[in-house]
Amino acid sequence: MNQWKNFSKGFFKENAVFVLLLGMCPALGVTTSAINGLGMGLATTFVLVMSNLVISLIKSQIPDKVRIPVFIVVIASFVTIVQLTMEAFVPSLYKALGLFIPLIVVNCLILGRAEAFASKNTIGSSLIDGLGMGLGFSMALTMLGGIREILGSGSLFDIRFVPEDASTMLLFVLSPGAFIALGYLIAVINRLNRSKK
Amino acid sequence: MNYLIIIIGAIFVNNIVLNKFLGVCPFLGVSNKVSTSVGMTGAVTFVMVLATIVTWLLQKYVLDQFNIGFMQTVTFILVIAALVQMVEIILKKISPPLFQALGVFLPLITTNCAVLGVAMLAVQKDFNLMEGVVYAIANAIGFGLALIVFAGLREQLDLANVPKGMRGMPIALVVAGLLAMAFMGFSGIV
Repeated sequence: MNQWKNFSKGFFKENAVFVLLLGMCPALGVTTSAINGLGMGLATTFVLVMSNLVISLIKSQIPDKVRIPVFIVVIASFVTIVQLTMEAFVPSLYKALGLFIPLIVVNCLILGRAEAFASKNTIGSSLIDGLGMGLGFSMALTMLGGIREILGSGSLFDIRFVPEDASTMLLFVLSPGAFIALGYLIAVINRLNRSKK
Repeated sequence: MNYLIIIIGAIFVNNIVLNKFLGVCPFLGVSNKVSTSVGMTGAVTFVMVLATIVTWLLQKYVLDQFNIGFMQTVTFILVIAALVQMVEIILKKISPPLFQALGVFLPLITTNCAVLGVAMLAVQKDFNLMEGVVYAIANAIGFGLALIVFAGLREQLDLANVPKGMRGMPIALVVAGLLAMAFMGFSGIV
């Protein structure tokens, strides 16, 4: 497969959040601000790239019957690495993301890529697939986080652009806003994807 | 701590799906029909309670004992994966009708973040075993309530004339948002 196509499919054509609807829990749960979305996206990208790499390396050694537990152990190890690293170096982000960092383990996106791609393809293309999918996921989370932050707290990446006493649509940083914002965002992305064809 | 507070808090105030965003994948995935969502709720309840008991004991008597708390994620997910497999095998042997009803949902549960999430929250909140069990049951009920209500809404939605661009997932998400707004009305009770 063309490597550029392999990389870029994660952004629009097969975007994890907008098109495949995978990894919805973190996509909705942590995107109260653009920075949280970006942090979560990059953490997931790291785990995805590393687990794709390791799984494609050892794919010929794994007996078919126990492949899912093996994948899960590989993924969980990298999640633990991310968790400890973030706790040490970016404690404020670690606090903001909270429970969703260990829960990267059950992000269906990662297991899905391991099963559908890394266990069947070469190391190089698995790496590129993981990177593309992960960055596409980060992009989606940052977009959703940005929209919610602009509407809900009147700022973007913590830079406030409305007056201090202005009232903002607080609903969008609360839980219902996550569902509603993502719903409209998917509708827009669907429209864009359709007009490209 | 008062059990009633745990129960009301987990079902209504901090609903696991609509407020904590755990288990959103099955919430969106299997909510097309009320009957399938009832089956999913059954399977989740079963596994969630079992998983919370086992992981709680592991945390208390193994991880804390040997000071290897950093292994929590790896241990818990393995326990849940093994548990799901075991439940599947046992159900197949002792209760084929129950297996028929829950069978298709069981493999999906390994990657249901609600199960792992509740197991971790029960440890984080320093519950004792009984409180942990009550917490797991209450969360399972909360999950079921959200799922079944949402499935009912979506069945009605099939009959509505939705604008073309919003059909399918977008309108479902907006409806979920409205449902979450309704649940926000409970905030402040506990």
